[in-house]
Amino acid sequence: MTAYILRRLLYAIPILIGVNLITFTLFFVVNSPDDMARMQLGDKRVTQEAIDTWKAEHGYDRPLLYNADAPRLQRLTDTIFFEKSLKLFAFDFGRSDSGRDIGYDIRQRMWPSLAIALPTLLVGLAIAISYALMIVFFRATYIDFGSVVLLVAMMSISGLFYIIGGQFLIGKLFHLVPISGYDTGLEALKFLILPVVVGVAAGIGSSTRLYRTFFLEEINRDYVRTARAKGLRERVVLFRHVLRNALIPILTGVVAVLPLLFMGALIIESFFGVPGLGSYTIDAINRQDFSIVRAMVFLGSVLYILGLILTDISYTLVDPRVRLS
Amino acid sequence: MSRASRSLPLLLLVAAALLTACGEPPWNNPYPEDQAGENILYGAFTERPKHLDPARSYSSNEYSFIAQVYEPPLQYHFLKRPYELVPLTARALPEVTFFDADGNALPSDAAPDEIAVSEYLVAIEPGIRYQPHPAFARDADGAYRYHDLDASTIARINTLDDLPETGTRELTAADYVYQIKRLATPWLHSPIAGLMGEHIRGFAELGDRIAAQAPAPVDGERPFFDLRQVPFAGAEVVDRYRYRIRLEGPYPQFVYWLAMPFFAPMPWEAEALYNQPGMKQNNLTLDWYPVGTGPFMLSENNPNLRMVLARNPNFHGERYPSAGMPGDREAGLLDDAGEPMPFVDQAIYSLEQESIPYWNKFLQGYYDSSGISSDAFDQAIKFDAAGEAGLTADMREQGIELVIAVQTSIWYMGFNMLDPLLGGDSERARLLRQAISIAVDFGEFISIFANGRGVQGQGPLPPGIFGHREGEAGINPYVFDWEDGRAVRKPIAEARALLAKAGYRDGRDPETGRPLTIYYEAMDAGPDGKARLNWMRKQFAKLGIELVVRATDYNRFQEKMRKGTGQVFMWGWNADYPDPENFFFLLYGPNRKVDGGENAANYQNEEFDALFERMKNMDDGSERQQVIDRMNAILRHDAPWSFGFYPKSFSLHHQWLENVKPNLMANNTLKYRRLEPAIREQLRAQWNPPVLWPIGALIAILVVGAIPAVLVARRRERGRAL
Repeated sequence: MTAYILRRLLYAIPILIGVNLITFTLFFVVNSPDDMARMQLGDKRVTQEAIDTWKAEHGYDRPLLYNADAPRLQRLTDTIFFEKSLKLFAFDFGRSDSGRDIGYDIRQRMWPSLAIALPTLLVGLAIAISYALMIVFFRATYIDFGSVVLLVAMMSISGLFYIIGGQFLIGKLFHLVPISGYDTGLEALKFLILPVVVGVAAGIGSSTRLYRTFFLEEINRDYVRTARAKGLRERVVLFRHVLRNALIPILTGVVAVLPLLFMGALIIESFFGVPGLGSYTIDAINRQDFSIVRAMVFLGSVLYILGLILTDISYTLVDPRVRLS
Repeated sequence: MSRASRSLPLLLLVAAALLTACGEPPWNNPYPEDQAGENILYGAFTERPKHLDPARSYSSNEYSFIAQVYEPPLQYHFLKRPYELVPLTARALPEVTFFDADGNALPSDAAPDEIAVSEYLVAIEPGIRYQPHPAFARDADGAYRYHDLDASTIARINTLDDLPETGTRELTAADYVYQIKRLATPWLHSPIAGLMGEHIRGFAELGDRIAAQAPAPVDGERPFFDLRQVPFAGAEVVDRYRYRIRLEGPYPQFVYWLAMPFFAPMPWEAEALYNQPGMKQNNLTLDWYPVGTGPFMLSENNPNLRMVLARNPNFHGERYPSAGMPGDREAGLLDDAGEPMPFVDQAIYSLEQESIPYWNKFLQGYYDSSGISSDAFDQAIKFDAAGEAGLTADMREQGIELVIAVQTSIWYMGFNMLDPLLGGDSERARLLRQAISIAVDFGEFISIFANGRGVQGQGPLPPGIFGHREGEAGINPYVFDWEDGRAVRKPIAEARALLAKAGYRDGRDPETGRPLTIYYEAMDAGPDGKARLNWMRKQFAKLGIELVVRATDYNRFQEKMRKGTGQVFMWGWNADYPDPENFFFLLYGPNRKVDGGENAANYQNEEFDALFERMKNMDDGSERQQVIDRMNAILRHDAPWSFGFYPKSFSLHHQWLENVKPNLMANNTLKYRRLEPAIREQLRAQWNPPVLWPIGALIAILVVGAIPAVLVARRRERGRAL
């Protein structure tokens, strides 16, 4: 397995270079280094001299990808792409274009993201599994049909609707929790309730439908029939046998998203004023701060790859028949 | 006893428990309970500030923080209009002396072309002290406590709170001179460095000298370089409380810059502290942690969450103005006359990136004031039969108050004067521009897209700026007629007639016979802008002109403007200071955008340029008004702009917030605000009782729904064939 993991990690390097290159190209198609300088220096009364000085200080005075004037290897290394990308592989995210230490900001902001994402995942998982089991228990009844209709409807509604609706109902009409905001320590709890409720409600439709499918696949297997033939109650069959086996795809799916929880939720954080990594990324895009955008895309890619590797590993743990080679 | 009946008492117990919560403080209060009843002003900011260094900051959202901390020598009178400069830390307005090229003093009414040097002597009040700050902390021997920290100590510092000892010292004239030198420092990228290089004597050379003498950056951090050691003829210390600024030639508008944070004092100790190696690595910079003498100091700086301004215990004291405008006393704006300021102990600004939660929290009483987003406009504002804006009944019932002000800004539609079709000073092009100016109905634009929040433009000068004329004398006669005491846009038939006179009958190009095609450079490429662009197409279609919209992002838009490749565009300008020069310079020939200036229309007119040169050096008065009238007449005739509209700002505040008068020039208005926290507390509790029945209802639904499900499940289990 070690060899497999090492191989996967080596495969990750060209993937990360590719992701970095695409991010770089897309960003600089829209924003030139001059635009970035203007964004940082302001619109009014900015001289070209000030722009040139800013670019020189921030390393944006080089060619983007290829330096035709440089000798040999430096044609590739004396470029913005090389200078800005190499350190990422050592997880040195450097400074933002406005001068802040990106690594420090990420370390600070990942906790609020986790504070929302983790309970949303766990509560959502518990509710979706329970609900899916209930639907399967009542399969082929009006409860099953009604639930599927409800779930499809919930899936079809935009996430933004849940956010605005949640804020309106729970925060504005019922006055139960603050509409938005965040704080540190235990004070954060009252701010987490609404985004978690909204996050769970927004995700319940798709996840419950998926889990229902997993359970229905299992319920017609031979071992379930055998369990029933042994005289076990339906409840026991479901919880002791079906659930345990259906949990394999569910848990491996969850493992894949675990690392990405650090990245935060873009829209939820923005609407609820949560200072997490999601709003950090949105802010950086709006402010044309390439250093942060690049760092966040890189980090997201690394975590995604890590999630996939963890998924493979978790398969071997929950299903002994699977061997990584 | 069935399970269902056993659940009933539990249900009642939960309902009772929930109901006992009634009468408690609001559950939706986003602030800690220990802040209840405190004299704290609550506000919000929608965008995190980029710069808090007064040498770099140049945006209103940043000024709302740093203008409370830093004190330039002058400020705008809070109540008087037109805007009037008054001393802040200065003893009086600066003494200005003019000199000729030989260094001889000139009389104050000397002709501008005789003046080679203008000298501004600023005297500050003694006894003003800085806020408590670690940069001033000293040990028992009198040495600075934190100016020579070792690398391991700095590595452990994450915020200024990690430097517990603080100190202060008296404000001196040298601090003002130090800051002026900072404006010239190349690595600080002050946005006004270019402009000041044109006016302050030796400013550009100073930047070169600093760059040459300063130590090179180490690991991306610039070591402390004491600017006091760099001589500078443009700004010199006269004595402890006086300094002198020398300008090349006359520049009367310079005095306005002395009311902006760019010219606030900076103690060298702050740079000595923050420029130690490793400080920047830990995000400890002057751009993040300001040091000032103002009424407030930034006690918490977390722009991802909130910014907190706390009362500066060392504040020198200032009293609320005793005089204002007619009506101010009746409006209660002079109730605090002569009282010591500031009135609030703290101001907490929370980050609210979205307008909906901001608005709802304002209505719940958790923000003391708010703007009005388009989404909430109909909920808050209604117009009466006369077109006057007022509050809706709901807002009035809540005791909310509305404040309206015409901003010192303009949104205009510009014609690129370098364009072969629309530009130039030919009669054909001029008539074409005038026809378009009539056709594009900005009155309609204001109604549809700005909820009526604007006044149609008649010239480049908005109300509140000297030179602006109201009434018939102030209208643009090429676009408007004066009827029944108001300006009425000319009928479209007149625009068509002008177009025909220009050679484009029915909007058709005589050479091709096809409709004239004009390209509109738009910067609102998103879905929100679609309706505006469609509207703009319809305006041109009134003349038979086909408008082709070239929508792009703001970066590309700016690039087109710089290169002068656009044809028609809309852009805006917000005044830096209340002087007509700050608007007319947008049309001054040598200031063309293609030459690196701000004249986006690339307009050039010899007479206008000569009048501008004259007007900018004149004192306000009838002679200056005459020159401005002539300049306006030239612009209205040449029509390089269609003078779109002057935006109106509508803001709301709760009844417990006092001393609210819009001052579009002053940024340091927090010190004037007064609160009634007890009223706020009472109304918050009244407006936000927790509504608990939905929780009970939800539990009841779940329980009631579960009972038949359990029964069905049992029956199925019993009845299932094995």
